[in-house]
Amino acid sequence: MLAVVDYGMGNLHSVSQAIRRFGVRVVCTDDVQHILGAQAIVLPGVGAFGEAMRCLREKQLDAALVEAVGRGIPLLGICLGMQLLCASSTEHGTHEGLGLLSGTVTRIDRPLNVPHMGWNALRVHAQNPLCSGVDGGMVYFVHSYHVTQCTHVWATVDYGGPIAAIIGRDRVVGMQFHPEKSGRIGWRLLANFLKDARVVSLQQDEDVKGRS
Amino acid sequence: MITKRIVPCLDVKEGRVVKGVQFLSLQDAGDPVALAARYDEEGADELVFLDISASHEGRKTMVEVVAQTAGSLMIPFTVGGGISTTDDMRALLRAGADKISINTAAVLDPTLITRGAMQFGAQCIVVAIDARWCADEQTWIVVTHGGRRKTALRALEWAEQCVQCGAGELLVTSMDRDGTKEGYDIALTRAVAARVAVPVIASGGAGCVAHVRDVLTIGQADAALAASIFHYAQSSIGVVKNVLREEGVHVR
Repeated sequence: MLAVVDYGMGNLHSVSQAIRRFGVRVVCTDDVQHILGAQAIVLPGVGAFGEAMRCLREKQLDAALVEAVGRGIPLLGICLGMQLLCASSTEHGTHEGLGLLSGTVTRIDRPLNVPHMGWNALRVHAQNPLCSGVDGGMVYFVHSYHVTQCTHVWATVDYGGPIAAIIGRDRVVGMQFHPEKSGRIGWRLLANFLKDARVVSLQQDEDVKGRS
Repeated sequence: MITKRIVPCLDVKEGRVVKGVQFLSLQDAGDPVALAARYDEEGADELVFLDISASHEGRKTMVEVVAQTAGSLMIPFTVGGGISTTDDMRALLRAGADKISINTAAVLDPTLITRGAMQFGAQCIVVAIDARWCADEQTWIVVTHGGRRKTALRALEWAEQCVQCGAGELLVTSMDRDGTKEGYDIALTRAVAARVAVPVIASGGAGCVAHVRDVLTIGQADAALAASIFHYAQSSIGVVKNVLREEGVHVR
């Protein structure tokens, strides 16, 4: 069972449906026991950092996520969910994050449109199973804040300079873009995460690819 | 670098896709979920569903269409048409829409933009601006209710105000060009894009690939929306993108 953390921030439907298409049982939950009992966890999120942390704390999900990572349960943060993995954010004040990865979240301050919205090409800097087969692939971004000063950057995109696109350490991974909205490459990344987390077998992945 | 986006638009009435020429004489062009899947396969970067249902039942049908589409689509999509409260927005976002587009309701009450942005994030609030050239004032004026009503708002000033209120993207339709297939209003798109620092989607008037190219280059739009040129297979998205690529436009 894979747990999608439901803490009242944003669209759980798309990511849950995308993962279900791999034949994985998905539970959208705010229950600490479900989260600690999951084979893998997805932390989605859209909205403001401070509000998201407040919602997580209110349901004691912040401590549960740290505990889950401590137990070795793979965790994937998407968009705001990736930013929450970091140490802190300066979005509307200063807020502490989950601190699972290093980095500070700041507003994109470049002479380009904000939000950074649309498809951009990944440049992979890490050799690992998660990033396998996606270098140069296009993925879909929608965000106004980005992760800086992170020492665990696996992939970037260029938007008037590098933007952290995939960050990770051991079994904690963050994706700034939306893999569930990123066509074929997004599919590959979800498959890589699920395989690495041993939630789907290689055979299952091949079966799903055959159907899609 | 970020790519320019090609965004097919599906006008949906009571759960079926239709497209009007200047919003009159509607023709049925198919099932929304099937069309959405076809566009995804063809390489669309994003989709827009515009609900033009007049009835309450039609709107409920739209939430179902959105849920079905979200379950099968792996590209983002925006839903617009008749959305006037944050409850409407929540229902569609929960059903799986990525962005919400508001038009007349934002003109009537600009705080709706701010409330939507505060609750769901600016990135999912698209303000759709329907504009028409006004020879007397020598500028574009905002029109509402599908182009039937003229407002006192100047389109460029309104665009700026929308962004200040929290809009994350603008969908700018030229009502002079909509349905004409004579090309986008390049001057309008360019003027809006120069005025705001959020992405601008150009709409209204696409008749051929050159029109799409021009609005993405000279018009400085971030995305080009089109309906009939794709629905009736005048040009497939793949063909449009190949031409754009050959001409040096950065596309997926």
